[in-house]
Amino acid sequence: MSINTDMTVRVVAISQVAEKVKRFRLERADGGAMPVFSGGAHVVVAMRDGDLLRRNPYSLMSSPRDTSAFEISTLRVENSRGGSAFMHEKLKVGDRLIVSQPINLFPFDGRGRKHILMAGGIGITPFIAMMDQMQREDRPFELHYAIRNRGHGAYWKELTERYGPHRVKIYVDDEKLFIPVDQILGAQPLGTHLYVCGPAGMIDGVLGRARGAGWPEQNLHCERFLAPPPGKSFRVILRKSAKTLTVATHQSILEAVEAAGVDAPFLCRGGACGQCETSIVSYQGALEHNDHYLEPDDKQSGRKIMICVSRLNGPEITLDL
Amino acid sequence: MLVVGIKSRPVYTGLSIDAHAPRHLFALENEGARAVLEQADKACLAKSEILYIGADSFATELAGLKPFDLWTAHTVPILLNRLKVTLQTAKMGTRLYIAGTESFIGQAMQVALELGIDFNSIRTEHRGSLARRVQCVHCKGITDKVTTSPYTCTHCGLPLLVRDHYSRRLGAFQGVNIDAEEPGTAPAPEVLFP
Repeated sequence: MSINTDMTVRVVAISQVAEKVKRFRLERADGGAMPVFSGGAHVVVAMRDGDLLRRNPYSLMSSPRDTSAFEISTLRVENSRGGSAFMHEKLKVGDRLIVSQPINLFPFDGRGRKHILMAGGIGITPFIAMMDQMQREDRPFELHYAIRNRGHGAYWKELTERYGPHRVKIYVDDEKLFIPVDQILGAQPLGTHLYVCGPAGMIDGVLGRARGAGWPEQNLHCERFLAPPPGKSFRVILRKSAKTLTVATHQSILEAVEAAGVDAPFLCRGGACGQCETSIVSYQGALEHNDHYLEPDDKQSGRKIMICVSRLNGPEITLDL
Repeated sequence: MLVVGIKSRPVYTGLSIDAHAPRHLFALENEGARAVLEQADKACLAKSEILYIGADSFATELAGLKPFDLWTAHTVPILLNRLKVTLQTAKMGTRLYIAGTESFIGQAMQVALELGIDFNSIRTEHRGSLARRVQCVHCKGITDKVTTSPYTCTHCGLPLLVRDHYSRRLGAFQGVNIDAEEPGTAPAPEVLFP
């Protein structure tokens, strides 16, 4: 079970920070202090959209030591499942949301001698809080931030002003400026850690080159949040709860389970943390494992599923829930 | 007498060469040289720097492999100092390997840890004596080359039970007074780490 320590918050400011990016400032509805967190942490935001309860993870980008409010930034995604559309078009100042306690699945390694942060697009958000903490703790870091164009990219100007162009490098696709990954990887002192957050292709590309350049696995970190991919509708039988439900095309198993009033464990809702690992009793059809958590043999065994992002292509699955 | 089954006991999994690393750095003590001499694939030696302390015969054999660089030390502290300077100026992509006695591995590891290198990324192989470097938990004095348990602390004189409890920070096992309740009743030392 997930421990319920959720907080009710009020939206106190919404700002448009780039073409498709908005920032939301959230204060506790009871006027209390927000918990402090560590750079790289995220919260799960629950939003009531009509009859739907949406729950999406967002990286915290405010200063980790600022207990007056949390700030998150979201990108308006075309063909979104509805979360970003809701945040961008329906959410107003004064509205209430529920946020979880901060969870950090992307912390920096405090033993590192230097930290290289590589961001693509909205993947910048966890690094904003991380750099605030690194600056305060006097840790050497460099940010390499790739954006599509200067109107589309969020925070590049503010970050360059705040930390200086020697620590913040901006690369603009439309100006044919790309991150010189190999050059950066080849010039770091031993004991440097690398953190990547951005589109899946960028993460895989950068980490692959780092491994090829002899960087140890222990020094490589990434955060991949995955929205649950859509698929065909199917039936789920929850053995312990004795319930049968249907997962819709654009719904995850976890969302369908929650809509049925069953409390299933979760942390990241993005296939990364492993908290929602669920045992499969039986199934018909083919499992679609979309997570980054289970080992290949676990995926093949047909006994486990990460219900936040993975689904079934077939009629029915029975879960030990 | 030995207390075993403690999770902090280091495990040395052997010097498997990282095929992707553009540079290799070996810190070897005496029979630890064999961990390199017995490598099947010696192609990596052209991009390897070896720091060595120990018998001349191994030094000659190592030189015969024609590594990129071979540097020999006369004492462990001198080797550790050289290791520190080398690591300070090394770039990511340099893979560190340590082979020798546990005491040597532990001390070389300490140098690397201070420079922010994750211990899991260091490849190690235990060769030679099983003698341990032990810290007396009472007076904090460290005694090297301990072959028995219990042993008498060379700093405070207490008879100490050697545990598998290991401190990576200190590069030493922990020794605890064995007859604290009834001084003088310590069992006879057994040679456990020849």
